[in-house]
Amino acid sequence: MNVRSRRRIVNGLALAASLAAMAFGLAWLVSILWNVISLGIAGMSVSLFTLETPPPGGTGGLGNAIVGSVIMVGLATLIGTPVGILAGVFLAEYGRRSWLGAVTRFVNDMLLSAPSIVIGLFVYAIMVARFGGFSGWAGVLALTLLMLPVVVRTTENMLLLVPNSLREAAIALGAPRYRVIAGVTLRAARAGVITGVLLALARISGETAPLLFTSLSNQFWSIDLAEPMANLPVTIFKFAMSPFEDWQRLAWAGVFLITMGVLVLNIVARTLFKDELKR
Amino acid sequence: MRAERTGESAVRASGPASRTPMAIAHARVDLAFEWLTRIVAACVLLLLAGIIVSLIVSAWPSIERFGFHFLTTSEWNPPMERFGALVPAYGTLVTSIIALLIAVPVSFGIALFLTELSPIWLKRPLGTAIELLAAIPSIVYGMWGLLVFSPLFGEYAQPWLAATLGKLPVIGVLFSGPPIGIGLLCAGIILAIMIIPFIASVMRDVFELTPPMLKESAYGLGATTWEVMSGVVLPYTRAGVVGGIMLGLGRALGETMAVTFVIGNTNMLQNFSLFQSGNSVTSALANEFAEASPGLHTAALIELGLILFVITLLVLAASKLLLARLARAEGGAA
Repeated sequence: MNVRSRRRIVNGLALAASLAAMAFGLAWLVSILWNVISLGIAGMSVSLFTLETPPPGGTGGLGNAIVGSVIMVGLATLIGTPVGILAGVFLAEYGRRSWLGAVTRFVNDMLLSAPSIVIGLFVYAIMVARFGGFSGWAGVLALTLLMLPVVVRTTENMLLLVPNSLREAAIALGAPRYRVIAGVTLRAARAGVITGVLLALARISGETAPLLFTSLSNQFWSIDLAEPMANLPVTIFKFAMSPFEDWQRLAWAGVFLITMGVLVLNIVARTLFKDELKR
Repeated sequence: MRAERTGESAVRASGPASRTPMAIAHARVDLAFEWLTRIVAACVLLLLAGIIVSLIVSAWPSIERFGFHFLTTSEWNPPMERFGALVPAYGTLVTSIIALLIAVPVSFGIALFLTELSPIWLKRPLGTAIELLAAIPSIVYGMWGLLVFSPLFGEYAQPWLAATLGKLPVIGVLFSGPPIGIGLLCAGIILAIMIIPFIASVMRDVFELTPPMLKESAYGLGATTWEVMSGVVLPYTRAGVVGGIMLGLGRALGETMAVTFVIGNTNMLQNFSLFQSGNSVTSALANEFAEASPGLHTAALIELGLILFVITLLVLAASKLLLARLARAEGGAA
């Protein structure tokens, strides 16, 4: 009886601790979201989107930073998506059992979690230090390199979910391999691949570290990618670390925009993929 | 696997039998497409080698000048061109250890809750909530940590820690000094919040790999939930759990923005107190690199990045191998 009640107590304590851990994890999420939303909505206004970043004490918005971020993230997505899908196709369709496939898969997984600031250093070393300083293009390259592993990974995983009988059926009808991939397997895995691209997009739109020494930032309107380019994350970093209250208010507004964008992308990606699985 | 092989041989077998011009054209495009994907995949591979080589080249002036002393010197003096990695390396190490000490038990609890305790209808929303925590960009954590968390932390938690743990012998020194909020301890806590979702979701995934038969046998013998967890699930998934922790460690070592905001950014350490400001490899890079003068200062910072990269890769590789081992054991058993 004694042993039994002790076991029961130990079990109860462990389960209570587990419940507490869950609450602990969720409490942070709630607290962060609450602060971001309440302080962020307070900073919403039309001028936030139309005016350029102000000097301390002046009036202004985040217009140039928002435009810069959209341009750089958009270009990185346009470049990173096809390249990532091609590499993913190789891993899933051609290189499943080759040594190149195995090594690439391993390396890609490591790049997936590698520190993003190191990617920034790499782009600095090969591009900024050699070709005339900080530029929007360097920022685009850094973001592309960060996006790539995510797209490769999800494309491969999604293609692997496509049953082999589909491939065999298409090949038996005489379709060449590239038609099988483009018309059958990639099409079957479409929702999953789009999910991967959306998640990668979410990831790079909040990345700050790799932009610090590639695109740097720009106080003024500029859509010239050969020049340093304003972007939301670096602007937020600068403004939040400053002692000026109006800058901090703008930083909260910027953080609100990024957080909402990332969360919406994540939720869209998830529902998209879930619907596909149901079908 | 086997099916794929038959697919390939089917293509080859049909080749010579039907050599119409169209088939030849198809075969050409096919080959070109295969090589295109292969080259792109090889580029991913070369990217890693390219990163390491270019960092070594850029860091070479510093490697040549300081050699191994780089790792044992604490002086960081840009005007005098004397650089040592001790303070940032210490900061990275200490904040990552604090983060793991907090994150591992909490993540285990969350994974236990999600796999064994949660009602089915709550599993999905709670799991999604934890994963959303992982999706929030690190700059949000950093800013929140600096402007919301650290003032509260300095006002309430630090004095309390100093009054309780700070009174203990030996470890008391860790919790001494003025409670200013930001510093090594604060950075460690923010890091912990950031890596909890990563570790928790890996742990949940590996816990779910445990064959239901094993768990049900234990339950059938009268084991409690906790006994099934600690006596059956945990031993079965040990490699995967360690892999998940290593993944979290890899994240913590390389995390930049969350740390840069709250670590205080000073290149001096007076004592072993966790309340004092410090610097980590990543925060030193984030703060100094864009303004560093070309030459030795830049090279020393790149060397910091190189060391961080190599260590992170080793940790991540270990994590990957451990997780692969569990997956293989699972595949073998099934």
